[in-house]
Amino acid sequence: MFAKRRTQSSIPSYIVLILLAIFALAPLVILAMNSVKSTPEIGRNPIGLPENVLFENFTEAWEEGNYAVTTRNSIILTVSTIAGTLTIAGLAAFALARLKLKGANLIAFYFLVGTSVPAQLFMIPLFFVWREIGLVNTHIGLIIIYCALYAPFATYLLRSYMVALPEEFVEAAKIDGASNWHVFRHIIMPLSWPGFLTAGLVIGLNVWNEFLFAVTFLPGTENRPIATSLFAFQQRFGRDWGLTSAGSVIMVLPIIVLFLLLQRRFIEGLTQGGLKA
Amino acid sequence: MTYSSQAGTSPRAAKWLRALGRWAFVLPVLLLNLVVVVIPSVAGLAVAFTDWTGYNVPSFVGLQNFQRLFQDGVFFLALKNNLVWTVMFLTAPIFVGLMGAYILSTIKRGQMVFRVIYFIPYVVASVVNTQMWRQLLNPRVGIGPLLAERGITFLDFPIFGTRETALFGVAFVDAWHFWGFLVVLYLSAMSSVDVELYEVARLDGASRFQQFRFVTLPSIRPTLVFTILMIIIWSSTTFDYVYMLTSGGPANASELMSTYLYDNAFNRFDAGYAATIGMMMSLWVALAVAGFVYLRRRGWEI
Repeated sequence: MFAKRRTQSSIPSYIVLILLAIFALAPLVILAMNSVKSTPEIGRNPIGLPENVLFENFTEAWEEGNYAVTTRNSIILTVSTIAGTLTIAGLAAFALARLKLKGANLIAFYFLVGTSVPAQLFMIPLFFVWREIGLVNTHIGLIIIYCALYAPFATYLLRSYMVALPEEFVEAAKIDGASNWHVFRHIIMPLSWPGFLTAGLVIGLNVWNEFLFAVTFLPGTENRPIATSLFAFQQRFGRDWGLTSAGSVIMVLPIIVLFLLLQRRFIEGLTQGGLKA
Repeated sequence: MTYSSQAGTSPRAAKWLRALGRWAFVLPVLLLNLVVVVIPSVAGLAVAFTDWTGYNVPSFVGLQNFQRLFQDGVFFLALKNNLVWTVMFLTAPIFVGLMGAYILSTIKRGQMVFRVIYFIPYVVASVVNTQMWRQLLNPRVGIGPLLAERGITFLDFPIFGTRETALFGVAFVDAWHFWGFLVVLYLSAMSSVDVELYEVARLDGASRFQQFRFVTLPSIRPTLVFTILMIIIWSSTTFDYVYMLTSGGPANASELMSTYLYDNAFNRFDAGYAATIGMMMSLWVALAVAGFVYLRRRGWEI
Protein backbone atom coordinates (compact mmCIF):
# COMPACT_ATOMS: atom_id res chain seq x y z
CA MET A 1 0.00 0.00 0.00
CA PHE A 2 2.81 2.31 0.91
CA ALA A 3 4.64 1.73 -2.35
CA LYS A 4 1.47 1.91 -4.37
CA ARG A 5 0.54 5.33 -3.09
CA ARG A 6 3.94 6.58 -4.02
CA THR A 7 3.98 5.28 -7.58
CA GLN A 8 0.50 6.64 -8.18
CA SER A 9 1.39 10.17 -7.30
CA SER A 10 5.04 10.31 -8.28
CA ILE A 11 4.73 11.73 -11.81
CA PRO A 12 3.35 15.14 -10.79
CA SER A 13 5.97 15.18 -8.02
CA TYR A 14 8.77 14.64 -10.49
CA ILE A 15 7.40 17.35 -12.76
CA VAL A 16 7.52 19.90 -9.93
CA LEU A 17 10.96 18.74 -8.84
CA ILE A 18 12.32 18.98 -12.38
CA LEU A 19 10.88 22.46 -12.81
CA LEU A 20 12.60 23.50 -9.59
CA ALA A 21 15.84 21.95 -10.83
CA ILE A 22 15.58 23.95 -14.05
CA PHE A 23 14.93 27.09 -12.00
CA ALA A 24 18.09 26.41 -9.97
CA LEU A 25 20.37 25.49 -12.85
CA ALA A 26 19.18 27.44 -15.91
CA PRO A 27 20.76 30.77 -14.91
CA LEU A 28 24.10 29.08 -14.35
CA VAL A 29 23.89 27.18 -17.63
CA ILE A 30 23.04 30.42 -19.44
CA LEU A 31 26.01 32.11 -17.76
CA ALA A 32 28.31 29.33 -18.95
CA MET A 33 26.95 29.54 -22.51
CA ASN A 34 27.21 33.31 -22.61
CA SER A 35 30.82 33.14 -21.50
CA VAL A 36 31.72 31.62 -24.88
CA LYS A 37 29.59 33.99 -26.98
CA SER A 38 30.53 37.34 -28.42
CA THR A 39 28.66 40.29 -26.95
CA PRO A 40 26.73 41.04 -30.19
CA GLU A 41 25.63 37.41 -30.24
CA ILE A 42 24.33 37.69 -26.65
CA GLY A 43 22.29 40.69 -27.83
CA ARG A 44 20.66 38.57 -30.54
CA ASN A 45 20.57 35.33 -28.60
CA PRO A 46 20.68 36.00 -24.85
CA ILE A 47 19.79 32.56 -23.48
CA GLY A 48 20.24 30.05 -26.33
CA LEU A 49 23.10 27.77 -27.27
CA PRO A 50 26.16 29.57 -28.69
CA GLU A 51 26.46 29.71 -32.50
CA ASN A 52 30.22 29.63 -32.40
CA VAL A 53 32.18 28.85 -29.30
CA LEU A 54 34.95 31.34 -28.67
CA PHE A 55 37.32 31.18 -25.77
CA GLU A 56 38.78 34.65 -26.35
CA ASN A 57 36.48 35.97 -23.62
CA PHE A 58 38.41 33.91 -21.11
CA THR A 59 41.88 35.00 -22.17
CA GLU A 60 40.75 38.61 -22.37
CA ALA A 61 38.96 38.49 -19.00
CA TRP A 62 41.98 36.82 -17.42
CA GLU A 63 44.23 39.63 -18.69
CA GLU A 64 41.91 42.60 -18.21
CA GLY A 65 40.63 41.37 -14.86
CA ASN A 66 44.18 40.82 -13.62
CA TYR A 67 43.22 37.29 -12.59
CA ALA A 68 46.80 36.10 -12.23
CA VAL A 69 47.14 38.46 -9.26
CA THR A 70 43.62 38.26 -7.84
CA THR A 71 43.53 34.46 -7.97
CA ARG A 72 46.78 34.39 -6.05
CA ASN A 73 45.30 36.83 -3.52
CA SER A 74 42.15 34.75 -3.11
CA ILE A 75 44.22 31.61 -2.59
CA ILE A 76 46.41 33.33 0.02
CA LEU A 77 43.35 34.55 1.92
CA THR A 78 41.51 31.25 1.66
CA VAL A 79 44.38 28.94 2.61
CA SER A 80 45.65 31.13 5.45
CA THR A 81 42.20 31.58 6.92
CA ILE A 82 41.52 27.84 6.79
CA ALA A 83 44.85 27.08 8.48
CA GLY A 84 44.49 29.78 11.12
CA THR A 85 40.87 29.08 11.94
CA LEU A 86 41.27 25.33 12.12
CA THR A 87 44.27 25.69 14.43
CA ILE A 88 42.59 27.89 17.01
CA ALA A 89 39.15 26.31 16.63
CA GLY A 90 40.64 22.83 16.89
CA LEU A 91 42.30 23.70 20.17
CA ALA A 92 39.15 25.27 21.57
CA ALA A 93 36.95 22.42 20.38
CA PHE A 94 39.25 19.94 22.09
CA ALA A 95 38.99 21.78 25.40
CA LEU A 96 35.21 22.08 25.13
CA ALA A 97 34.73 18.46 24.13
CA ARG A 98 37.35 16.63 26.15
CA LEU A 99 38.59 18.68 29.10
CA LYS A 100 36.29 19.41 31.96
CA LEU A 101 36.18 23.11 31.45
CA LYS A 102 34.40 25.19 34.08
CA GLY A 103 32.47 27.88 32.25
CA ALA A 104 31.90 25.99 28.98
CA ASN A 105 28.32 27.30 29.00
CA LEU A 106 29.67 30.80 29.35
CA ILE A 107 31.79 30.32 26.24
CA ALA A 108 28.79 28.99 24.32
CA PHE A 109 26.82 32.08 25.33
CA TYR A 110 29.72 34.33 24.41
CA PHE A 111 29.95 32.79 20.94
CA LEU A 112 26.20 33.08 20.48
CA VAL A 113 26.28 36.79 21.24
CA GLY A 114 29.47 37.28 19.22
CA THR A 115 28.01 35.67 16.13
CA SER A 116 24.67 37.50 16.28
CA VAL A 117 26.17 40.98 16.40
CA PRO A 118 25.64 42.67 13.01
CA ALA A 119 28.98 42.82 11.21
CA GLN A 120 28.33 46.41 10.21
CA LEU A 121 28.32 47.49 13.86
CA PHE A 122 31.83 46.34 14.72
CA MET A 123 33.18 46.89 11.24
CA ILE A 124 33.25 50.67 11.58
CA PRO A 125 35.51 50.95 14.66
CA LEU A 126 37.49 47.93 13.48
CA PHE A 127 38.24 49.58 10.16
CA PHE A 128 39.60 52.73 11.71
CA VAL A 129 41.68 50.80 14.26
CA TRP A 130 43.05 48.57 11.50
CA ARG A 131 43.94 51.68 9.51
CA GLU A 132 45.73 53.20 12.50
CA ILE A 133 47.91 50.12 12.97
CA GLY A 134 48.51 49.65 9.26
CA LEU A 135 46.46 46.50 8.68
CA VAL A 136 44.12 47.93 6.03
CA ASN A 137 45.18 46.79 2.56
CA THR A 138 47.21 43.90 3.96
CA HIS A 139 46.27 40.26 3.61
CA ILE A 140 47.15 39.49 7.20
CA GLY A 141 44.74 42.19 8.40
CA LEU A 142 41.81 40.54 6.63
CA ILE A 143 42.94 37.01 7.52
CA ILE A 144 42.86 37.92 11.23
CA ILE A 145 39.29 39.19 10.81
CA TYR A 146 38.16 36.10 8.90
CA CYS A 147 39.70 33.80 11.53
CA ALA A 148 37.81 35.62 14.27
CA LEU A 149 34.55 35.52 12.30
CA TYR A 150 34.64 31.85 11.35
CA ALA A 151 36.27 30.38 14.49
CA PRO A 152 33.06 30.08 16.57
CA PHE A 153 31.36 28.11 13.77
CA ALA A 154 34.42 25.88 13.31
CA THR A 155 34.78 25.34 17.05
CA TYR A 156 31.27 23.99 17.39
CA LEU A 157 31.46 21.87 14.27
CA LEU A 158 34.76 20.31 15.42
CA ARG A 159 33.46 19.91 18.95
CA SER A 160 30.56 17.81 17.69
CA TYR A 161 33.05 15.47 16.01
CA MET A 162 35.35 15.29 19.03
CA VAL A 163 32.55 14.59 21.48
CA ALA A 164 31.56 11.57 19.41
CA LEU A 165 35.03 9.95 19.53
CA PRO A 166 35.35 6.80 21.67
CA GLU A 167 36.59 7.47 25.17
CA GLU A 168 39.00 4.51 25.30
CA PHE A 169 41.70 6.07 23.13
CA VAL A 170 41.98 9.09 25.36
CA GLU A 171 41.82 7.08 28.58
CA ALA A 172 44.59 4.77 27.42
CA ALA A 173 46.83 7.70 26.60
CA LYS A 174 46.04 9.45 29.87
CA ILE A 175 47.05 6.34 31.80
CA ASP A 176 50.34 6.37 29.95
CA GLY A 177 50.84 9.88 31.34
CA ALA A 178 50.27 11.81 28.12
CA SER A 179 49.71 15.56 28.41
CA ASN A 180 46.58 17.28 27.12
CA TRP A 181 48.60 18.63 24.25
CA HIS A 182 49.82 15.16 23.36
CA VAL A 183 46.27 13.77 23.47
CA PHE A 184 45.08 16.57 21.22
CA ARG A 185 47.92 16.40 18.73
CA HIS A 186 48.33 12.63 18.42
CA ILE A 187 44.92 11.18 19.21
CA ILE A 188 42.04 13.62 18.85
CA MET A 189 43.28 15.55 15.81
CA PRO A 190 44.02 12.54 13.60
CA LEU A 191 40.74 10.89 14.55
CA SER A 192 38.58 13.93 13.85
CA TRP A 193 39.98 14.71 10.40
CA PRO A 194 36.51 14.52 8.75
CA GLY A 195 35.46 17.42 10.96
CA PHE A 196 38.53 19.41 9.98
CA LEU A 197 37.86 18.71 6.31
CA THR A 198 34.19 19.77 6.56
CA ALA A 199 34.99 22.92 8.53
CA GLY A 200 37.85 23.75 6.18
CA LEU A 201 35.64 23.46 3.10
CA VAL A 202 32.94 25.68 4.55
CA ILE A 203 35.46 28.30 5.68
CA GLY A 204 37.22 28.18 2.32
CA LEU A 205 33.96 28.64 0.44
CA ASN A 206 33.02 31.60 2.62
CA VAL A 207 36.37 33.32 2.21
CA TRP A 208 36.42 32.75 -1.55
CA ASN A 209 32.95 34.30 -1.92
CA GLU A 210 33.17 36.95 0.81
CA PHE A 211 32.52 40.51 -0.32
CA LEU A 212 31.71 43.01 2.45
CA PHE A 213 34.91 42.71 4.50
CA ALA A 214 37.07 42.24 1.41
CA VAL A 215 35.79 45.39 -0.28
CA THR A 216 36.23 47.39 2.93
CA PHE A 217 39.57 46.14 4.22
CA LEU A 218 41.31 45.60 0.88
CA PRO A 219 40.34 48.69 -1.12
CA GLY A 220 43.57 48.73 -3.17
CA THR A 221 43.80 47.01 -6.55
CA GLU A 222 46.96 45.00 -5.89
CA ASN A 223 45.82 43.01 -2.84
CA ARG A 224 42.20 42.40 -3.59
CA PRO A 225 40.67 38.95 -4.10
CA ILE A 226 38.64 37.76 -7.09
CA ALA A 227 35.26 38.65 -5.52
CA THR A 228 35.87 42.38 -5.24
CA SER A 229 38.00 42.69 -8.35
CA LEU A 230 35.31 40.88 -10.37
CA PHE A 231 32.78 43.40 -9.08
CA ALA A 232 34.99 46.27 -10.26
CA PHE A 233 35.51 44.43 -13.55
CA GLN A 234 31.74 44.15 -14.03
CA GLN A 235 31.35 47.87 -13.39
CA ARG A 236 34.08 48.65 -15.93
CA PHE A 237 32.86 46.35 -18.70
CA GLY A 238 29.16 46.67 -17.87
CA ARG A 239 27.85 46.16 -21.39
CA ASP A 240 30.41 43.59 -22.48
CA TRP A 241 28.34 40.62 -21.33
CA GLY A 242 30.50 37.92 -22.90
CA LEU A 243 33.58 39.21 -21.14
CA THR A 244 31.97 39.66 -17.72
CA SER A 245 30.29 36.24 -17.97
CA ALA A 246 33.69 34.67 -18.61
CA GLY A 247 35.07 36.54 -15.60
CA SER A 248 32.29 35.12 -13.45
CA VAL A 249 32.81 31.59 -14.74
CA ILE A 250 36.50 31.76 -13.81
CA MET A 251 35.51 32.55 -10.23
CA VAL A 252 32.69 30.05 -9.84
CA LEU A 253 33.93 27.03 -11.80
CA PRO A 254 36.44 25.75 -9.21
CA ILE A 255 33.79 26.09 -6.50
CA ILE A 256 31.16 24.13 -8.41
CA VAL A 257 33.62 21.36 -9.29
CA LEU A 258 34.75 21.09 -5.68
CA PHE A 259 31.16 21.18 -4.47
CA LEU A 260 30.10 18.36 -6.79
CA LEU A 261 33.07 16.26 -5.67
CA LEU A 262 32.53 16.79 -1.95
CA GLN A 263 28.84 17.74 -1.81
CA ARG A 264 28.03 15.65 1.25
CA ARG A 265 30.60 17.48 3.36
CA PHE A 266 29.69 20.90 2.01
CA ILE A 267 26.00 20.39 2.67
CA GLU A 268 26.59 18.93 6.10
CA GLY A 269 28.90 21.77 7.12
CA LEU A 270 26.78 24.57 5.69
CA THR A 271 23.52 23.35 7.16
CA GLN A 272 24.96 22.70 10.62
CA GLY A 273 26.64 25.98 11.29
CA GLY A 274 23.92 28.49 10.57
CA LEU A 275 26.64 30.42 8.80
CA LYS A 276 25.48 32.56 5.94
CA ALA A 277 27.34 32.29 2.67
CA MET B 1 54.65 19.98 28.65
CA THR B 2 52.39 18.65 31.37
CA TYR B 3 50.51 20.44 34.04
CA SER B 4 50.35 17.53 36.44
CA SER B 5 51.42 18.25 39.98
CA GLN B 6 55.16 18.48 40.14
CA ALA B 7 57.42 18.21 43.12
CA GLY B 8 57.62 21.47 45.00
CA THR B 9 54.19 22.86 44.10
CA SER B 10 51.33 22.76 46.55
CA PRO B 11 48.22 20.77 45.54
CA ARG B 12 46.23 23.96 45.29
CA ALA B 13 48.70 25.63 42.96
CA ALA B 14 48.84 22.47 40.89
CA LYS B 15 45.07 22.51 40.55
CA TRP B 16 45.24 26.08 39.35
CA LEU B 17 47.96 25.26 36.88
CA ARG B 18 45.89 22.42 35.47
CA ALA B 19 42.86 24.68 35.05
CA LEU B 20 45.08 27.25 33.38
CA GLY B 21 46.42 24.56 31.08
CA ARG B 22 42.89 23.67 30.04
CA TRP B 23 41.91 27.28 29.45
CA ALA B 24 45.03 27.82 27.35
CA PHE B 25 43.33 25.81 24.60
CA VAL B 26 40.34 28.16 24.30
CA LEU B 27 42.28 31.35 24.90
CA PRO B 28 43.36 32.05 21.28
CA VAL B 29 39.78 31.90 19.98
CA LEU B 30 38.43 34.01 22.80
CA LEU B 31 41.15 36.65 22.52
CA LEU B 32 40.84 36.93 18.76
CA ASN B 33 37.08 37.22 18.98
CA LEU B 34 37.43 39.80 21.71
CA VAL B 35 39.76 41.97 19.64
CA VAL B 36 37.90 41.71 16.32
CA VAL B 37 34.25 41.46 17.37
CA VAL B 38 33.49 42.27 20.99
CA ILE B 39 35.63 45.33 21.71
CA PRO B 40 34.83 46.99 18.36
CA SER B 41 31.12 46.23 18.92
CA VAL B 42 31.20 47.98 22.28
CA ALA B 43 33.14 50.81 20.67
CA GLY B 44 30.50 50.92 17.93
CA LEU B 45 27.77 51.37 20.50
CA ALA B 46 29.83 54.10 22.19
CA VAL B 47 30.61 56.14 19.06
CA ALA B 48 26.90 56.32 18.29
CA PHE B 49 26.89 59.07 20.93
CA THR B 50 29.68 61.06 19.28
CA ASP B 51 30.31 63.24 16.25
CA TRP B 52 33.05 60.91 15.01
CA THR B 53 33.81 61.25 11.29
CA GLY B 54 36.28 58.40 11.30
CA TYR B 55 39.16 60.84 11.13
CA ASN B 56 38.69 63.33 13.99
CA VAL B 57 38.93 62.87 17.73
CA PRO B 58 35.32 62.05 18.63
CA SER B 59 33.51 64.23 21.10
CA PHE B 60 30.37 63.32 23.00
CA VAL B 61 27.19 64.78 21.52
CA GLY B 62 24.57 63.04 23.62
CA LEU B 63 21.49 61.92 21.73
CA GLN B 64 22.06 64.16 18.73
CA ASN B 65 22.55 61.25 16.33
CA PHE B 66 19.33 59.68 17.54
CA GLN B 67 17.37 62.91 17.10
CA ARG B 68 18.73 63.09 13.58
CA LEU B 69 17.89 59.44 12.96
CA PHE B 70 14.26 59.88 13.97
CA GLN B 71 13.90 62.77 11.53
CA ASP B 72 15.76 61.04 8.71
CA GLY B 73 13.35 59.98 5.97
CA VAL B 74 16.00 57.85 4.25
CA PHE B 75 16.58 55.84 7.41
CA PHE B 76 12.87 55.14 7.79
CA LEU B 77 12.67 54.19 4.12
CA ALA B 78 15.58 51.79 4.69
CA LEU B 79 13.94 50.38 7.80
CA LYS B 80 10.69 49.88 5.90
CA ASN B 81 12.60 48.16 3.10
CA ASN B 82 14.25 45.83 5.63
CA LEU B 83 10.79 44.96 6.95
CA VAL B 84 9.44 44.34 3.45
CA TRP B 85 12.54 42.26 2.73
CA THR B 86 11.92 40.17 5.86
CA VAL B 87 8.29 39.55 4.92
CA MET B 88 9.32 38.55 1.39
CA PHE B 89 11.90 36.08 2.71
CA LEU B 90 9.52 34.67 5.30
CA THR B 91 6.98 33.85 2.59
CA ALA B 92 8.20 32.85 -0.88
CA PRO B 93 11.47 31.00 -0.01
CA ILE B 94 9.89 29.21 2.97
CA PHE B 95 6.91 28.20 0.85
CA VAL B 96 9.11 26.88 -1.96
CA GLY B 97 11.47 25.31 0.59
CA LEU B 98 8.70 23.44 2.38
CA MET B 99 7.01 22.40 -0.84
CA GLY B 100 10.26 21.23 -2.44
CA ALA B 101 11.35 19.34 0.67
CA TYR B 102 7.94 17.70 1.15
CA ILE B 103 7.71 16.51 -2.43
CA LEU B 104 11.32 15.38 -2.26
CA SER B 105 10.59 13.41 0.90
CA THR B 106 7.89 11.40 -0.88
CA ILE B 107 9.89 10.24 -3.89
CA LYS B 108 12.04 7.15 -4.00
CA ARG B 109 14.57 7.80 -6.73
CA GLY B 110 16.80 10.78 -7.29
CA GLN B 111 16.40 12.43 -3.90
CA MET B 112 20.15 12.97 -3.58
CA VAL B 113 20.49 14.38 -7.10
CA PHE B 114 17.73 16.95 -6.63
CA ARG B 115 19.12 17.88 -3.23
CA VAL B 116 22.54 18.61 -4.75
CA ILE B 117 21.06 20.55 -7.69
CA TYR B 118 18.93 22.75 -5.42
CA PHE B 119 21.91 23.47 -3.22
CA ILE B 120 24.24 24.63 -6.02
CA PRO B 121 23.01 28.27 -6.15
CA TYR B 122 23.76 28.55 -2.43
CA VAL B 123 27.49 27.99 -2.97
CA VAL B 124 27.73 30.48 -5.86
CA ALA B 125 29.23 33.83 -4.87
CA SER B 126 26.93 36.85 -4.61
CA VAL B 127 29.13 38.70 -7.09
CA VAL B 128 28.50 35.97 -9.69
CA ASN B 129 24.78 35.58 -8.96
CA THR B 130 24.18 39.29 -9.34
CA GLN B 131 26.13 39.41 -12.61
CA MET B 132 24.03 36.56 -13.99
CA TRP B 133 20.69 38.09 -13.09
CA ARG B 134 21.77 41.58 -14.10
CA GLN B 135 22.09 40.17 -17.60
CA LEU B 136 18.97 37.98 -17.48
CA LEU B 137 16.82 40.86 -16.27
CA ASN B 138 18.47 43.46 -18.48
CA PRO B 139 15.95 45.36 -20.63
CA ARG B 140 18.20 45.08 -23.69
CA VAL B 141 19.87 41.68 -23.58
CA GLY B 142 17.79 39.71 -21.07
CA ILE B 143 14.72 37.52 -21.06
CA GLY B 144 12.43 40.61 -20.94
CA PRO B 145 12.84 41.62 -24.62
CA LEU B 146 12.85 37.96 -25.62
CA LEU B 147 9.45 37.42 -24.01
CA ALA B 148 8.21 40.74 -25.39
CA GLU B 149 8.73 39.41 -28.92
CA ARG B 150 6.20 36.75 -28.01
CA GLY B 151 3.78 39.24 -26.56
CA ILE B 152 4.66 38.78 -22.87
CA THR B 153 5.72 42.24 -21.82
CA PHE B 154 5.64 42.26 -18.01
CA LEU B 155 9.44 41.78 -17.72
CA ASP B 156 10.35 44.17 -20.51
CA PHE B 157 11.52 47.13 -18.45
CA PRO B 158 14.53 47.99 -16.26
CA ILE B 159 13.56 46.14 -13.07
CA PHE B 160 16.53 47.38 -11.03
CA GLY B 161 16.20 50.91 -12.37
CA THR B 162 12.51 51.38 -11.54
CA ARG B 163 11.62 52.69 -8.10
CA GLU B 164 8.61 50.43 -7.62
CA THR B 165 10.39 47.19 -8.53
CA ALA B 166 14.08 47.61 -7.59
CA LEU B 167 13.77 46.12 -4.10
CA PHE B 168 11.66 43.19 -5.28
CA GLY B 169 14.08 42.48 -8.10
CA VAL B 170 17.03 42.41 -5.71
CA ALA B 171 15.17 40.26 -3.19
CA PHE B 172 14.24 37.84 -5.96
CA VAL B 173 17.90 37.39 -6.95
CA ASP B 174 18.94 36.84 -3.33
CA ALA B 175 16.04 34.43 -2.74
CA TRP B 176 16.96 32.49 -5.89
CA HIS B 177 20.26 31.55 -4.27
CA PHE B 178 18.69 30.88 -0.85
CA TRP B 179 15.62 28.63 -1.26
CA GLY B 180 17.64 25.47 -1.97
CA PHE B 181 19.36 25.86 1.39
CA LEU B 182 15.92 25.76 3.03
CA VAL B 183 14.92 22.68 1.03
CA VAL B 184 17.93 20.82 2.37
CA LEU B 185 17.31 21.94 5.97
CA TYR B 186 13.61 21.01 5.86
CA LEU B 187 14.31 17.74 4.06
CA SER B 188 16.69 16.55 6.76
CA ALA B 189 14.14 17.51 9.41
CA MET B 190 11.38 15.67 7.52
CA SER B 191 13.46 12.54 7.08
CA SER B 192 13.49 12.03 10.84
CA VAL B 193 9.69 12.15 11.14
CA ASP B 194 8.27 8.82 12.28
CA VAL B 195 6.85 6.99 9.23
CA GLU B 196 4.11 5.44 11.37
CA LEU B 197 2.53 8.85 11.89
CA TYR B 198 1.91 9.03 8.13
CA GLU B 199 0.49 5.51 8.12
CA VAL B 200 -1.99 6.43 10.84
CA ALA B 201 -2.94 9.64 9.05
CA ARG B 202 -3.55 7.74 5.81
CA LEU B 203 -5.69 5.16 7.58
CA ASP B 204 -7.76 8.08 8.85
CA GLY B 205 -8.20 9.14 5.25
CA ALA B 206 -5.92 12.19 5.35
CA SER B 207 -5.09 13.74 1.97
CA ARG B 208 -1.50 14.54 1.10
CA PHE B 209 -2.01 18.14 2.06
CA GLN B 210 -3.59 17.10 5.35
CA GLN B 211 -0.66 14.79 6.03
CA PHE B 212 1.67 17.71 5.42
CA ARG B 213 -0.39 20.06 7.57
CA PHE B 214 -1.00 17.76 10.53
CA VAL B 215 2.02 15.44 10.54
CA THR B 216 4.97 17.05 8.74
CA LEU B 217 4.57 20.64 9.81
CA PRO B 218 4.23 20.00 13.58
CA SER B 219 7.09 17.50 13.45
CA ILE B 220 9.56 19.90 11.85
CA ARG B 221 8.49 22.91 13.91
CA PRO B 222 11.87 23.35 15.66
CA THR B 223 13.66 23.57 12.29
CA LEU B 224 10.97 25.84 10.88
CA VAL B 225 11.17 28.23 13.81
CA PHE B 226 14.96 28.19 13.64
CA THR B 227 14.92 29.20 9.96
CA ILE B 228 12.37 31.91 10.68
CA LEU B 229 14.63 33.35 13.37
CA MET B 230 17.65 33.15 11.07
CA ILE B 231 15.79 34.89 8.24
CA ILE B 232 14.67 37.69 10.57
CA ILE B 233 18.26 38.19 11.77
CA TRP B 234 19.87 37.95 8.33
CA SER B 235 17.28 40.26 6.78
CA SER B 236 18.42 43.10 9.03
CA THR B 237 22.06 42.86 7.94
CA THR B 238 21.71 41.80 4.31
CA PHE B 239 24.07 43.80 2.13
CA ASP B 240 25.73 42.21 -0.90
CA TYR B 241 22.82 41.91 -3.31
CA VAL B 242 21.51 45.44 -2.84
CA TYR B 243 24.98 46.96 -2.90
CA MET B 244 25.86 45.17 -6.13
CA LEU B 245 22.60 45.46 -8.05
CA THR B 246 21.26 48.91 -7.16
CA SER B 247 23.50 50.48 -4.46
CA GLY B 248 20.21 51.32 -2.75
CA GLY B 249 18.87 53.23 -5.75
CA PRO B 250 17.16 54.55 -7.71
CA ALA B 251 16.73 57.52 -5.35
CA ASN B 252 17.02 55.32 -2.20
CA ALA B 253 14.08 53.18 -3.38
CA SER B 254 15.93 49.96 -2.48
CA GLU B 255 18.03 51.40 0.36
CA LEU B 256 18.56 49.04 3.30
CA MET B 257 19.93 49.85 6.75
CA SER B 258 23.19 48.10 5.86
CA THR B 259 23.78 50.03 2.64
CA TYR B 260 22.80 53.32 4.27
CA LEU B 261 25.16 52.59 7.16
CA TYR B 262 27.97 51.72 4.75
CA ASP B 263 27.47 54.90 2.80
CA ASN B 264 27.55 57.01 5.97
CA ALA B 265 30.59 55.25 7.41
CA PHE B 266 32.83 55.04 4.38
CA ASN B 267 31.67 57.64 1.86
CA ARG B 268 30.23 60.50 3.90
CA PHE B 269 32.70 60.56 6.80
CA ASP B 270 29.86 60.18 9.27
CA ALA B 271 31.04 57.20 11.33
CA GLY B 272 29.16 58.27 14.47
CA TYR B 273 25.87 58.43 12.62
CA ALA B 274 26.62 55.14 10.88
CA ALA B 275 27.18 53.55 14.29
CA THR B 276 23.76 54.82 15.34
CA ILE B 277 22.25 52.93 12.40
CA GLY B 278 24.33 49.92 13.44
CA MET B 279 22.82 50.17 16.89
CA MET B 280 19.33 49.99 15.38
CA MET B 281 20.36 46.87 13.47
CA SER B 282 21.64 45.33 16.72
CA LEU B 283 18.36 46.25 18.39
CA TRP B 284 16.49 44.38 15.64
CA VAL B 285 18.64 41.28 16.21
CA ALA B 286 18.26 41.55 20.00
CA LEU B 287 14.47 41.81 19.70
CA ALA B 288 14.34 38.77 17.42
CA VAL B 289 16.44 36.71 19.83
CA ALA B 290 14.43 37.95 22.82
CA GLY B 291 11.19 36.96 21.09
CA PHE B 292 12.64 33.54 20.40
CA VAL B 293 13.69 33.08 24.03
CA TYR B 294 10.29 34.35 25.23
CA LEU B 295 8.39 31.83 23.09
CA ARG B 296 10.66 29.12 24.37
CA ARG B 297 10.00 30.09 27.99
CA ARG B 298 6.28 30.02 27.27
CA GLY B 299 6.69 26.34 26.63
CA TRP B 300 7.01 26.24 22.85
CA GLU B 301 9.14 23.32 21.86
CA ILE B 302 11.54 25.27 19.72
